[in-house]
This record gives sequence, C-alpha cells and structure tokens, in this order.
Amino acid sequence: MHEYSILRALLDRVEAEAHARSASSVRRIRVSIGEFAGVEPELLRSAYTLLRERTICQDAELEIRAVKARWECPLCTRRIAPGEVLQCPECRTPARLASGDEIMLDQIAMEVP
Amino acid sequence: MCETCGCGDPELVSIDVHDRILAGNDRTAKHNREHFREHGVVAVNLMGSPGSGKTAVLEATARAVGERRRLAAISGDLATDRDAERLRAAGVPSIAITTGSACHLDAEMVHRALHDLAWRACDFLFIENVGNLVCPAVYDLGQAVNVVALSVTEGEDKPLKYPVMFRKADLVLLTKIDLLPHLPEISVAAIAGALARVMPRPAMLPLSVRSGEGLTRWLGWLEDTRAAGVSRTAVLERA
Repeated sequence: MHEYSILRALLDRVEAEAHARSASSVRRIRVSIGEFAGVEPELLRSAYTLLRERTICQDAELEIRAVKARWECPLCTRRIAPGEVLQCPECRTPARLASGDEIMLDQIAMEVP
Repeated sequence: MCETCGCGDPELVSIDVHDRILAGNDRTAKHNREHFREHGVVAVNLMGSPGSGKTAVLEATARAVGERRRLAAISGDLATDRDAERLRAAGVPSIAITTGSACHLDAEMVHRALHDLAWRACDFLFIENVGNLVCPAVYDLGQAVNVVALSVTEGEDKPLKYPVMFRKADLVLLTKIDLLPHLPEISVAAIAGALARVMPRPAMLPLSVRSGEGLTRWLGWLEDTRAAGVSRTAVLERA
C-alpha cells in the first residue's frame, strides 16, 4: 500500500506549488501512471479520497492517465510485445521500456485570486 | 481574464509540472548514492518475498567472505529487529529500520539509518528491504545494484506475476536450490524462461546457503560489481 505514501508526496508537491502562487484552491490534478510503475490507480484514487480532506485539494478532481507499457529495441526501435522474451528478435539487443514506468505529476489547475 | 472584466472571480491557472511524484525521494536517493560513492561503499538493495531467504543469504555471505571484506547491513522490517539481530550475530554490523505499517524502505529512512551505523568503513552495505515483491521496487534508495531473492518454493510464475520488481533486478538469486530434489514440479529452466520475459538483461544465480552451492559465484558477482563501481569512480575522478 505504498500508494498512500505516493499520494502524500503528491499532495505535498501540489500544496507547495499552490502556496508559491498564493492559490485559494486547487481544482484539478493530472497525473500519469505507467502500467509498469508498480502503482495501482484505483488504490491511488482511494488514498486521494481519504487524504485530500481539509487540504487545499479538498474539491480538486484527480485525473489519472494510464500509460501502457511499451518495450522496444533501443537500436532499431522494433516493438517487443509484452510477454515476449525482452530481446530484439533481430539483433538480440536487450529491450528498453520506452514508456510505462511513469509516476508523474503532469498538471495542476488552481484558482488564483 | 477576470482581471479584464473586473468581476472579482478568481482566475483559473493551469501549471505544467511534468515531474516525478517521488522527486523528493529521488533527491535523497541521489544524496545517499553520492555518500556511498565517496566512501567506496557498494550498496546492495536486497529485495524479495517474506521467507525468500534474504537474511540467510546475508548470513552465509558473511561466513563465506570472512575477513576479506567488511560488510554492514540495514534491515527493514515491519515489526521487529530480528533480522538485524541475526546479522549482528553473524558478525555484520547492522541496524534495523522498523517501518510499522510501511511496506517498503524509502531513501529518507535509509539516510536516517546511516547516521546510526558505522557504514563508511565497510566495502559492501546490504540494505535488506521489507519482504514484499511489490512496493520496494518503486523507491530508489541510492543503491548501486538491486538483487532479488527468489526461492524455488515460490513457483515458476512469480517473475511473470511481479514484473515490476524483476524488471529492476540486476541479479536474481534463486535460493534454496537444495530443496529442488523434493520439488519435481519446479524447473529451473522454466524460472529462467520467465525471467527472460520480464528482465531485459536476465541474470540468475542458483544458490543454497545450506550446501554452499553458488556462494563462490555470488561473491564473484559482488566483486565484479565493486570493481565496476570503483573503475567508474576512478574515471569520474580523472575527468
């Protein structure tokens, strides 16, 4: 249940950004969570419901963008399907995770007086 | 907008952040890593399920290494400091991090623990993470390498069920191989096959702390890691 500590880090960051701009409230938070990030979006959402109470994010919507895992050959960018051996079938180069390990805060929408 | 019309309503401002949510942890991990490099200490983040044999591997490592290398350990545990006690009994200076309900170690916990441990004089610092195949994979601690202990009794499909953990492993120690004669349904080749589907550079080392099989290769791997780290540092210092 590390989703709670990730959510805590998210709220701290959003609060700092809102404070720096003297925002009166936060309306929306956009995050990206990769399929291979080791973070369950649903658990993150329930942590948010619980922890946002009495914070500047109390009325803010949390938008979670799920990012699919994509493996590819770093040399020829050939795609390697999930579940396959993680090596380029052509040149045997170890595959690279091109996307899917994100735990990112993308955007905050806040009300500034 | 509202400044223009003068209605007095607050303005809605969108800020693009595009930063890792765990950026704070990453900064502390970087700080830990710099400490380790500066003192020539190889930090090994040892992860694995509860009961996969992490502490036993470290006890056996201490016995096999003898006086040749100095070891130290930080052990993460939910409720007890039993693992650290076992390691101290094996002659490894150790400190426990009791995480309470936290299912993983983070860089700040490790940093705090460093203040209470004579780690600078050691060659290898083992960070024995909380027994868990999910959460510890998410947090960088400042380690040089990730090692995952996977015991043969856990089944061939564990790598496929926990791809996030195994993707981050530099080495998988396949532990308790002395039990293989009692487990006809378990195939080491099948475990290696599963690892190749979750690790871009699959590296598996079968080990038994009971028979001692694989221990020499494990110590060799640690020495190779240390040599690679030392040469990297030397290159950086020359540059």
